[in-house]
Amino acid sequence: MAIRYIYSEYEVSRNTDRCIVCRVCERQCANEVHTYLPEQNKMTADESKCVNCHRCVSLCPTRALKIIKGNNTYKENANWSNKTMNELYRQADSGGVLLSSMGNSENYPIYFDRILLNASQVTNPSIDPLREPMETRVYLGSKAVKIERDEKGRLKNNLLPHLKLSMPIMFSAMSYGSISYNAHESLARASEELGIYYNTGEGGLHEDFYPYGKNTIVQVASGRFGVHKAYLNQAAAIEIKIGQGAKPGIGGHLPGKKIVGDISKTRMIPEGSDAISPAPHHDIYSIEDLSQLVYSLKEATEYKKPVIVKIAAVHNVAAIASGIARSGADIISIDGFRGGTGAAPTRIRDHVGIPIELALAGVDKRLRDEGIRDQVSVVVGGSIRSSTDIVKAVALGADCVYIGTAALLALGCHLCRSCHEGKCNWGIATQVPELLKRLNPDIGYKRLVNLLTAWRHEIEEIMGGMGINSIESLKGNRLMLRGVGLNEKELEILGIRHAGE
Amino acid sequence: MQYVIIGNSAAGIAAVEGIRQTDKNGKIIIISDEPHHTYARPLISYLLLQKTTEEKMKYRADDFYEKNHCQVLLGTKVTAIQPEKKSIRLSDGKEIAYDKLLLATGAIPFVLPVPGLDSVENTFTFMSLDDARKLGKALHKKARVLILGGGLIGLKCAEGILQRVGQVTVVDLAPGILSSILDSDGAKIVQDHLEKQGMRFKLGQGIKSLDKNVATLDSGEQLEFDIFVMAVGVRPNIDLFKAIGPVGKGIPVNERMETSCPDIYAAGDCTESLDISSGQRKMLALLPNAYMQGEGAGINMAGGEAYFDKAMPMNAIGFFGLHVLTAGSYLGETYSLKDEYGYKKLFYEENLNGYILIGPIEKAGIYTHLIRDKVPLATLDFDLIRQKPGLMAFTKEERSKKLGGVSR
Amino acid sequence: MKRVYVNEKWCLGCHLCEFYCAFANTGEKDMAQALKDLKINPRIKIEEQNGISFAVSCRHCREPFCVKACISGALQANDGVITIDKDKCIGCCTCILSCPFGAVAVSEEGVVQKCELCVQTHEGTPRCVEGCPNNAIVFEERG
Repeated sequence: MAIRYIYSEYEVSRNTDRCIVCRVCERQCANEVHTYLPEQNKMTADESKCVNCHRCVSLCPTRALKIIKGNNTYKENANWSNKTMNELYRQADSGGVLLSSMGNSENYPIYFDRILLNASQVTNPSIDPLREPMETRVYLGSKAVKIERDEKGRLKNNLLPHLKLSMPIMFSAMSYGSISYNAHESLARASEELGIYYNTGEGGLHEDFYPYGKNTIVQVASGRFGVHKAYLNQAAAIEIKIGQGAKPGIGGHLPGKKIVGDISKTRMIPEGSDAISPAPHHDIYSIEDLSQLVYSLKEATEYKKPVIVKIAAVHNVAAIASGIARSGADIISIDGFRGGTGAAPTRIRDHVGIPIELALAGVDKRLRDEGIRDQVSVVVGGSIRSSTDIVKAVALGADCVYIGTAALLALGCHLCRSCHEGKCNWGIATQVPELLKRLNPDIGYKRLVNLLTAWRHEIEEIMGGMGINSIESLKGNRLMLRGVGLNEKELEILGIRHAGE
Repeated sequence: MQYVIIGNSAAGIAAVEGIRQTDKNGKIIIISDEPHHTYARPLISYLLLQKTTEEKMKYRADDFYEKNHCQVLLGTKVTAIQPEKKSIRLSDGKEIAYDKLLLATGAIPFVLPVPGLDSVENTFTFMSLDDARKLGKALHKKARVLILGGGLIGLKCAEGILQRVGQVTVVDLAPGILSSILDSDGAKIVQDHLEKQGMRFKLGQGIKSLDKNVATLDSGEQLEFDIFVMAVGVRPNIDLFKAIGPVGKGIPVNERMETSCPDIYAAGDCTESLDISSGQRKMLALLPNAYMQGEGAGINMAGGEAYFDKAMPMNAIGFFGLHVLTAGSYLGETYSLKDEYGYKKLFYEENLNGYILIGPIEKAGIYTHLIRDKVPLATLDFDLIRQKPGLMAFTKEERSKKLGGVSR
Repeated sequence: MKRVYVNEKWCLGCHLCEFYCAFANTGEKDMAQALKDLKINPRIKIEEQNGISFAVSCRHCREPFCVKACISGALQANDGVITIDKDKCIGCCTCILSCPFGAVAVSEEGVVQKCELCVQTHEGTPRCVEGCPNNAIVFEERG
């Protein structure tokens, strides 16, 4: 095109004093940004192709590279920002829907960052987690309502199927196809080592990972890809996916070119065919319909596995959650509007759904008000970034959190948000053989284990400071939270008081 | 246990290292008629070239004998083996008993009885440090040197002295140089290279006669010279053994390096061995061979189990920066490649039998491996490996064994 | 004994091992200063073709053919590490002819060079292993 409307967003800055022309940047960039000029024996870059994934920066052995923000700018306009104008130019070029990856990156309030934690002083002494036992174990599932005894007075085991976790963290649903085999292997192995769970997403379960079944949650979504009896029975729990925080109300679409080899086999669809997950489940139009699916899955697995229903956090999430709790589901999973995705329409991702903090507070309150809180466990996701986010979520009422983006970051993701291009330079969101091998699960799983081990230490430290020695005692303990810079309404929804109160 | 080793070069030293792998305490006596600490024999030409020194060319460190608890009798000649008494006799009449005896007596220069040789004053052979010292002393800037023999020894000698004398002429009966290891194309390349450095050749003819400073070639051409080097080859030094057992081209040994006499072993240039690349028994006077035979002999002498069944010709030589690597036998079909960088020729049937490389020699050992370990060519990408030796040509499984497995 | 092992499954063909090797053998402190405008001749080398790549360096064989074949005594096994004494080496290349892995090569000085597991240059883990971003080369005890 003779007129170039789309400029490079980034510039590659190369310190030629440090560049030793090892060409690792060139070899490692799937976007072909870097090129070697043999006559001059130096490197050059075409930054128009750069997605700012930092692969080259990370691998440059002499730290000669920097990716900096391009400072091309249009005339300043508070209404028509550069970004808005660029998006418009892009659409005028292509005529297509804008696509984005990973979570909502717009500047909405992050409530976790407006909530502060409490600590004990004098009257309720804090606990040193290095000296005293600290319990982070949680169980997910429907709780027995009362203690039952048999005719001889012995305790009856009336526990329903549940998940046992060493800490209140799980890896959220990411399908084999959207992420790579090696990413899945890393998640599976880390889950096994940590005593937690990962989630297959709607991509089926590769047979190689059957041995990790006791740490696997399998998903049944609207496309029903990869669902069969062995798949369900292999798992520790089954998750019915109704919605996803990054694209509430929208289905999924994995292009046919990614449906190759094992991915086609695992999804049980022909190679090269598009994997289209419909926006709704075509057999679910009511809580009663949902209940049928819940019980069908329980039936298929002899009532031995808890069933999770996952929804996106939308406006009337509390009422929906109440319905789900009554559908027979054991666990409700709520995905906030900052949740990640391999590909979503940008406008949907950035403008649909609500923050997880508010959704969680609303759901927890509603279920308690209705006296059905113990019937279900509540798992929340949608941008849990740190141990403090987890502590805050638990104090707001969550039993556990799902982490997706954070796990991918541990595997090397630099949030370039180009997953939908399929050329992930970190070997995570790609199926290109030479890119796949960049994620060695031996390294990947260890990094995940490291991350969660670190978080667990931090959670124990924070709980100790509050004088709490068990995560169960933190759950729903909103007295441990105070808001800063929040208005009355927000505080009311969160069910917390303002700092200083 | 008393071990006696006759010979202080590669095979003898290797035997010490072989013995000490299993027997740390047995007494080892090394006897050599040369008066020197063990030295790297093939380096004598580099000594003349001044690329090494007598100190640097020591084959093992000064404390080698001490560290390995060896008694060393240097400058001592063994005159007889007495197998019935399990002892040897020295020139001074002394006897030394052995439990295990190793003959690592090497080879000696073959001296062609050219008519008139006696009349030549400055005549040298080129096999030992003493030879090199003597030759070195005789060299002067104007000297005209005549070398009889265009093989490995003759040419390395020529390279060693070329810059230190006025003129070097090499005479050989064969039509090309290095005739035992090079084909005619290869020989031509090396000869051109040597001629460019100033060496002169008279090939396809011998020396009919010598008369003081004048050699008459078969063609009738007469050459004047100041220094004459006899380098027509070597023969195994088997005299000691000849008196007690049958010999062939060298001392016959089995794969355990045992001779036909109990408790007597032989290793190195004095033996004849089975060339696995051709299936023939021959004398393979090569240092790598000598070492491996000597080490195997040592292990077996000390009660261990070692079999050496991988003998084959192989040579790595270089002349003024031009590398020449050859190995195996030149049998079967050929693949050759000649370009501005050099020359390559492979000889193969189901296996690789042999090769010649002149110039680029990277990863040549992979070809050697194909020959030594009789790797069937059908199991690898021969099209690739014949162009470029590398592990890429092997199967993934084989590579994984080589690079991820525990190597021998 | 710890050795360098290669798993081609994880080799990215990034060639960083070669540069770290070259750096380690310069003895310099700063990699950029050490390798700037230098054509490297590393002791570990990548073989690559059709998307397959792997690094090859000395295997430090238990029965080192190169050491046995060395005509000068320059190659020696010291506690299992095969080392080359550059002063003794005269560059005859018998070791190149011997090494079944192609792991010995001619150096700029006209003698031969090979991986010595960074024993002279860098205590601990060899630099190539430290620099490998994907565990395609590891330094460990096996077998």
